[in-house]
This record gives sequence, C-alpha cells and structure tokens, in this order.
Amino acid sequence: MIKLKDNMTLSELEPGSIGIVKEFTDLEMSVKLMEMGCLPGEAVTVCRVAPLGDPIAINVSGYQLSLRKFEASTIILQ
Amino acid sequence: MKADTRVAIVGNPNTGKSTLFNILTGLNQKIGNFPGVTVDKKTGYCLLPDGRTAEIIDLPGTYSLYPKSQDESIVFSILADKSNPLTPDLVVVILDATNLKRNLLLYTQVADLKIPVIAALNMTDLSKKMGIVIDVDLVSKRLGVPVVSISARKNEGIDRLKQVIAFANKVPLQRESIDVKTIAPQLIDQISEELHLDNPYYALQLAHQHETIKFISQAESDRIEDIEKEFSFHSQKAQATETIARYNFINDLLYDTVKAPITAQEETTSNKIDKVLTHPVFGFIIFFGILLFMFQSIFSWSAYPMELIADGFVWVQNNLHHMLPAGPLTGLLVDGVIGGLSGVMVFIPQIAILFAFISILEDTGYMSRVTFMMDKLMRKVGLNGKSVVPLIGGFACAVPSIMSTRTIENWKDRMITIMVTPLVTCSARLPIYILLIGLVVPNRNVWWVFNMQGLALTGMYVFSLISAVIVAYVFKLILKGRERGYFIMEIPVYRMPRWKNVAFSMYERSKTFVVQAGKVIIAVSVILWVLASYGPGDRFAQIEKKFSQPQYTQGLKPDDLTRAMNSEKLENSYAGVLGHTIEPVIKPLGFDWKIGIALITSFAAREVFVGTMATIYSVEGSAEKMESVQQKMKTAVNPQTGQPVFSLAVAFSLMMFYAFAMQCASTVAVVYRETKDWRWPAVQFAYMTVLAYAASFVAYHLLK
Repeated sequence: MIKLKDNMTLSELEPGSIGIVKEFTDLEMSVKLMEMGCLPGEAVTVCRVAPLGDPIAINVSGYQLSLRKFEASTIILQ
Repeated sequence: MKADTRVAIVGNPNTGKSTLFNILTGLNQKIGNFPGVTVDKKTGYCLLPDGRTAEIIDLPGTYSLYPKSQDESIVFSILADKSNPLTPDLVVVILDATNLKRNLLLYTQVADLKIPVIAALNMTDLSKKMGIVIDVDLVSKRLGVPVVSISARKNEGIDRLKQVIAFANKVPLQRESIDVKTIAPQLIDQISEELHLDNPYYALQLAHQHETIKFISQAESDRIEDIEKEFSFHSQKAQATETIARYNFINDLLYDTVKAPITAQEETTSNKIDKVLTHPVFGFIIFFGILLFMFQSIFSWSAYPMELIADGFVWVQNNLHHMLPAGPLTGLLVDGVIGGLSGVMVFIPQIAILFAFISILEDTGYMSRVTFMMDKLMRKVGLNGKSVVPLIGGFACAVPSIMSTRTIENWKDRMITIMVTPLVTCSARLPIYILLIGLVVPNRNVWWVFNMQGLALTGMYVFSLISAVIVAYVFKLILKGRERGYFIMEIPVYRMPRWKNVAFSMYERSKTFVVQAGKVIIAVSVILWVLASYGPGDRFAQIEKKFSQPQYTQGLKPDDLTRAMNSEKLENSYAGVLGHTIEPVIKPLGFDWKIGIALITSFAAREVFVGTMATIYSVEGSAEKMESVQQKMKTAVNPQTGQPVFSLAVAFSLMMFYAFAMQCASTVAVVYRETKDWRWPAVQFAYMTVLAYAASFVAYHLLK
C-alpha cells in the first residue's frame, strides 16, 4: 500500500487505490456511514467515479457503496 | 382468513426479501396500508408443515432500526409496539450470505428487542460460487437462534425454513449481542423504571425515537425528553457508540465462522459490466438506448394483443345487441359500460409491458447505476440522483412513484421531485397518446428501424422529461432549502432478473389498473351515457318530430337518417349542453364541444378520456355498425368545415394538454398525504393547468 499523506480524505483517493478509515469530521454523516459498514479500521477501495465526476463508488465491508465527493471528504484515512 | 401465528420478514434492501415473501405466500397476498401511514403493507398467508397457517408480513427493507425515512420507521413501530395488532409472534431476519457483516447489524438490533427471532441466510448459492464458506451451525450456536440456509431465487431450503417457523419457540432464545446498558446506563435505568420496561434496548430506542413514534403518549415522550436532558444524552453520539460496539461483536462472530477469498468473483464481473454501463460516453448512450427500446417495444409488442382485445369487445357488443331487446337499458349496458370499458382494457398489454421493463431495470441493479450516473446532473436542477427512480417510475404511475420519493432524505429535493413527477408521461396517458398518434401519424418506418409512431411516442416521453427538469429548476430557485442532502447508497451487484417477480409485477399492476380504472370508468360511463342520452326539456321529442317529416324520411337513407338524428340529439343532450358551455374556453386550443366533454370527465382520471370518446361516439353512431373507437374518431368530420375533427394540430394540441394537465385525483390525494399540506397539491394543480393550456395553445397554432 502507498504511504498516504497526513489527514488525507477519501475524496482525494485515486480510483483503484485502497485506504483505511481513521476517523470522521462530521458526526451526523459518520452515523450514517458507520451503519453502512464504513467504520474506523475498515479498508475502502475507490472503484470508480461517476461519468460526470461525482459521486464515487467505493468498496467497503464486501459490497459497493456510492457517496458524493463531499461526503467522502468527511472520511479521514490513516 | 384466520392465522394461527404471525411472522414478520425483516432485512436489508436487496436481500431477496420480496422474493422470499412471494415464495412463502404465493398469489395469496394483499397489499394495503399500515394504519395511519401510507407505507405499503404486504401481507399473505402460508401453510406450515404442521397444518397451522401463518400470516406473513413483509416489512420495508432497512439497514438499521434507526429510520432514515418514513418507510423504515414502520419497522421499529411494528416490532416494538406490543399493543399494535400487527405485532409479530416471530421475526425472520433475512441475511445476505454474500454480505453477512453489514446484514448482521440489523439482526443484532432486532434480536436485542427480545422478540422470538430466526435468521434466514439467503443467496447461499451465490456465496458458494464466490467461495465464501460459512459455518452455519457455529453461527447459529453463537447467536442462540436457528439459522436456515436458503436460496429464495432457486427455491432451495424453503421447506426447511417453513419447518423452523412452525417449530420456533414462543420465547426469545437469542444471546446478548452487546451490553446495551453501557451506552447510557443511567438514562436506560431511569426510562425503564418510569415506563415499566424490562428491555434496556427498547428503552434506549425510545430515547432515540420518542419524538417520531406514535405509540407512546405525549406525557411519556415529554418525560423521556426531560430524562435525556438530565443525563445529557446525545442521540447521534450514542448511535455511533452503539454501531461501533455492534460491529465489534459482528467481527468477533465472523472471525472464525466465515472464510471469504480476498477478491470475490461476482464483484469483478459486476465491475466489468460497470466499466461499460457507467462509462462516461457509452453509459449515457446505453441508458437512452434502453429507454428508446422500451418505448418502441411498448408499441410494437402490444399491437397484436391489443387488436385481439378490441375485436373481442366489438364481438361481445355485437352479440349483446342482437341478443338483448333494443331499448335504453341495452344501450346503457352495451354502449355505455362495455363501450367505455373496452376503450381502456385494450391498454392492458402496454401497461404490462411497461411494468415488466421497470421491474427488470430495478431487479438487475441497473436502476441504481442510473441513479449513480445522473446524481450530479440532477443536483444541478434541484433534484437528487435518487429522484431518477420516481421519475422513471413516473412512466408507470405517479402515485407509487411519489410514495417512493421517501427514500430521498433531503426535504427540498424530495418536494421538488414530488412536484415534477406527475409531469412524466404515465401509463394513463399512454392510451390517449397511442390513440391520437395512431390517428394522425403514419405507420411507416424511417431509416428502416424506427417506426414513426414509435418515434412520436418516444418524443412525447422525452418532452415530458425535459419539462420536468425545467420545472424542477424553477422550483429550485423558488424553494428555500432546510437541510443538506445525502447520497449514501448501496450499489447492488448485477443479477439476472427474477422472472417470477417480473411476471408477478405485470400481473399485480395490470390487475390494479383494471380494478381501479375500471371502477371509475364504469361510473363515469353510466353518468355520461345518461347525460348524453337525455336532454333538457322537450328537445329530444322535437328532434324526433323534425326527422319524421317527409323531407327527411324520403330524401335520406335510413342509416344516414339515424346518424343525423342521433348527432343532433347528442348536441342537445345534457352532455352536449355542458360541452357547449365550455367550448368558448377550449376553442382557442382547437377543441370542439365533444372533446370538451371528454376533458371534463377525465379530470378525475386521464384514462377516462378514451372511454368517454368511445361512449360519445357509440351514442352517436348507428347501433348496427360496431367499430373501434379509433375508427370512429378517424371518420369524425367537423360539420362546419367538412374537415376531419382530429387533424394533426388538434391531436397534438390534445396531447400537449394531457401532457401537462393534472388530471388525476389519486395523484392529488397522494401528494397531500405525502406533504401533509394542501398548498402543495394546490400549487401543483395550478401550475400544471396553466402550462397545459399554454402548451396546447402554442401547439395548435403552430401546426394549424
């Protein structure tokens, strides 16, 4: 795995690369994301970006989840 | 039917919940509403191996007991409210074996409510293919409840599941998943004590949801609020703590019971398909190609069955005319009721085909890709990627589509979606378009493949989408947003459509259409027939007297004489008078008083238009010659100009009117139910009527 810069967020991750969730910047969003299996310590892979550049699709907990770039920017990676 | 036990099916979306429900209940099911809310309630009956009957309730799919939408809030209310007559004796939690981790979150929440529960491990055929090995016995032992491996799609393990349901315990056996009390110890103790609750998780859920649930009193709710303040309870923080604790439990549980290969096979196939279907260029081309194919098919595949139905009705009408004595009652039955019904029943093939397509698009998982592709575009005009589903569903019917907007969490996005969904060409408009396009657009092919009538229809559909987008943008500028939007959505793997479900949806929707539209149409036909067959004062007697004079009886053939007399009678009937009254208003749109009658009658439901046309033209026509509505309308001639009534300009003007006008009482009602405010349906009705008149006017004067 590539060494990530400090406080990199999920929205900055290139398609195809993997990151590990460290924490969230937004409590309200984090509750929704965690319910969907996107928890601290979990590995996330960016699968693809929508044709118009937003939202993105990620692989987490063994399934595919789509979320907007803004939402992805509240997820800080290790 | 009386059931011996009640079983609720609970699970995440896309886990095959409905498939399992269909297998357990067969065609023995009904769709209703949960009391007080407009959430679809599907119930059915299932015969258990021990001879008892179980009532099965299909609850809305949800990822957790913390609701994000109105649909999801039903789940907790049904499971937790002991005084609810629908409270189940047993809960079957359906778990997707290919995605056990996320599915178990809901299981642990339901289990902690201490209701008797069993787990159905679904899609075990797929998980095997993916190389996932699950030690079912060990999972069952750890959870303390029966776990049954099934494959609802392949009908595997269903008998065993029925057995387990039949012999399930009356008392909850499940083990504790997490120590709920540690989340908010004092708060849970205090609420439990004051409300006399014995279940800590139930107490905690009440703390989270007391403001929205209906089954606790205002006094209890206020007291909970005070207790929350006293112990400075923070709902979101507590939820986060709980979710993390639950996933820790699940990770421990799955650590040595489930072995999965690093990359699953199914996932990569799905990804390969997505490379094409969500491609920046091909993705959109394919999407529009699919829509075009859908509308072309609706036209071409339904032609033959439509003809059969139409001929069948003509045959029945002919026979009845010969068998029954001539008179007003026969006229009412044959021309009024059967004539009106036939005009609508011929559209069953189209409705069935349309719903087949929509259910295939949803079932395969393609619809969520469309949502994914369109989100950014939709957001620009004030909508949301999730608005795509109601908008495409709007091709079928605005009523369920407006109900499906509940998945849109953001208030403003949802309101705008509700406001524009009725603009999308629904299946009730389809009969009108097909009738009118058939009248004025030649049935020829251009560039070999494209049928001109099909193209005209596709044009009407595209036009409706464009107008919906423009209106949405206007609403975006007017409405003030209250909260931020979300787009956190599961993208399911591609799957083959379940043909049984597709067939089921075709049957169910056609049945609903026939029953609901049929009722209105029979009522309207009867009223209309009476209004068209009788006139004020002695007008009818005078007309008969006039036509019995020698200059008419000698100069005209009997057939033409009847026609001329009937036509004059219709014009002087109550319906004719009514039509004439509104004629000045609709004349600028190119409509005559007969179309006026149809406009009035179809204000409650659009599909009545065709039935009205059928009734009006049968009253006028001679009884011996039965023709289809389309033939009658084709030969209709304007008495003043001698030109056909349905010219290109009139037909398109009418289509424009029907494209925009809010002629659907059910939609008005459902918008009110969903928005809880009369101003929304009022504004919607007003803006749509204004647009309808304007578009009609422009179309008529451009094409005239």
